[in-house]
Amino acid sequence: METLLYLIITLIKIVLIVVPLLLCVAYLTYAERKIIGYMQVRIGPNRVNFSAIPGLRKIPGFGQPIADALKLMFKEIIIPTNSDRFLFVIAPMLVMAPALAAWAVIPFSEGGWVLADINAGLLYILAMTSMGVYGILIAGWASNSKYAFLSTMRSAAQIISYEIAMGFALVGVLMAAGSLNLSDIVAAQKGSFLHWYWLPLLPLLFIYFISGLAETNRAPFDLAEGESEIVAGFHVEYSGMLFAVFFMAEYANMILISTLSAVMFLGGWLSPFEGIELLLGENWFTALLIRASFLWLAIKISLFLFLFLWIRATFPRYRYDQVMRLGWKVFIPITLVWIVVLGVAILAKIPPWFA
Amino acid sequence: MLENYFPILLFIIIGLAIGLIMPILGFFLGTRQPDPEKNSPYECGFEAFEDARMKFDVRYYLIAILFIIFDLEIAFLFPWAVVFKDIGLFGFVAMMIFLAILVIGFAYEWKKGALEWE
Repeated sequence: METLLYLIITLIKIVLIVVPLLLCVAYLTYAERKIIGYMQVRIGPNRVNFSAIPGLRKIPGFGQPIADALKLMFKEIIIPTNSDRFLFVIAPMLVMAPALAAWAVIPFSEGGWVLADINAGLLYILAMTSMGVYGILIAGWASNSKYAFLSTMRSAAQIISYEIAMGFALVGVLMAAGSLNLSDIVAAQKGSFLHWYWLPLLPLLFIYFISGLAETNRAPFDLAEGESEIVAGFHVEYSGMLFAVFFMAEYANMILISTLSAVMFLGGWLSPFEGIELLLGENWFTALLIRASFLWLAIKISLFLFLFLWIRATFPRYRYDQVMRLGWKVFIPITLVWIVVLGVAILAKIPPWFA
Repeated sequence: MLENYFPILLFIIIGLAIGLIMPILGFFLGTRQPDPEKNSPYECGFEAFEDARMKFDVRYYLIAILFIIFDLEIAFLFPWAVVFKDIGLFGFVAMMIFLAILVIGFAYEWKKGALEWE
């Protein structure tokens, strides 16, 4: 009985994470099209009018993600004749599962708002995000199409190259926080926004975020799906819901990278107005500013997500040799140097971060 | 201790299930009109004239090998970084010697041109 209850509660918690996440994924695609639209002086999607709350004014294009999902659901799933059928079907699954499962250890708010508060949190995240490359490799291999194959080779080499820079950036965070548990990493950054790790780990923040762009195959590192040369890359043979799973996994990974950047470098749920009650006195307003922990995390995540879209609208695609050069010859040396600098700074107990 | 990991196992299973249920839904709801042209591998309208699993550049292997070395390095650095504040100067010097050896190897492969793509 007790175990059954525990099982049901855990399942409810998982649903409470997954459903909002999938909604975020849907509306991130809408935000992307709208934001990039306005950046390119277009309007973006504005046909499927829909209002979030019944009775309110309908927002142009707000129903677009739902319409897209319904459309994809009714599309034919094509399995090419020469493909390896089994691998072809399970590849999207192998991309989707890690993109979702990594959310198990993300702390959403103060006071244990996390599904599994394990002490190897960051290691688990690193393991899960590395799993995604298997799905891409299998998808490209199983398709048995030249475009998919070329894209797979590129994508795999690119993802593993940037994973090294990413791993070194994480080592910097671990040195500063002294824990693998993500809640502890946030707690270690307590203080005003100058106490957060973005300041002592600034180069690592940049490297982590740019590696995140490369890991999720986003522009300007979207060589794996460069439309102008290899049409759509590893998912060129995928259609209908199988394609939708790839698509959703990519966006879920984007949100994951943004969340991790916020948790590790921008103090997660911590309020930037810590200590404001000393200035303005204790009233409902300052209490709100300090206590609104999940709201702060959401704002920080949105900031990074906006950066993802902004970068996509701004930068042209890298050439492949430039991508590899950036990963191996620029990022790895910088992270190595910064780990040494950080080691010295921690040994010297430089305040306010390492005192 | 291990029971902390049970929700994670459950989450992975649910992740796999979502990745499975959505295509199954698509298989049932979508139309199904196979035709030999539609099911042939896409090659810009040409007929695919050979197997797509062709030879590829040996550099990809090289990158994979280098990745294993550096990833192991990160695996070594992780536990060190967690306890870094407790082990102090001794731990710092020990890891610096380890990193120096790695950097020598890195400089060698750089000079050898293993990181060049042209």
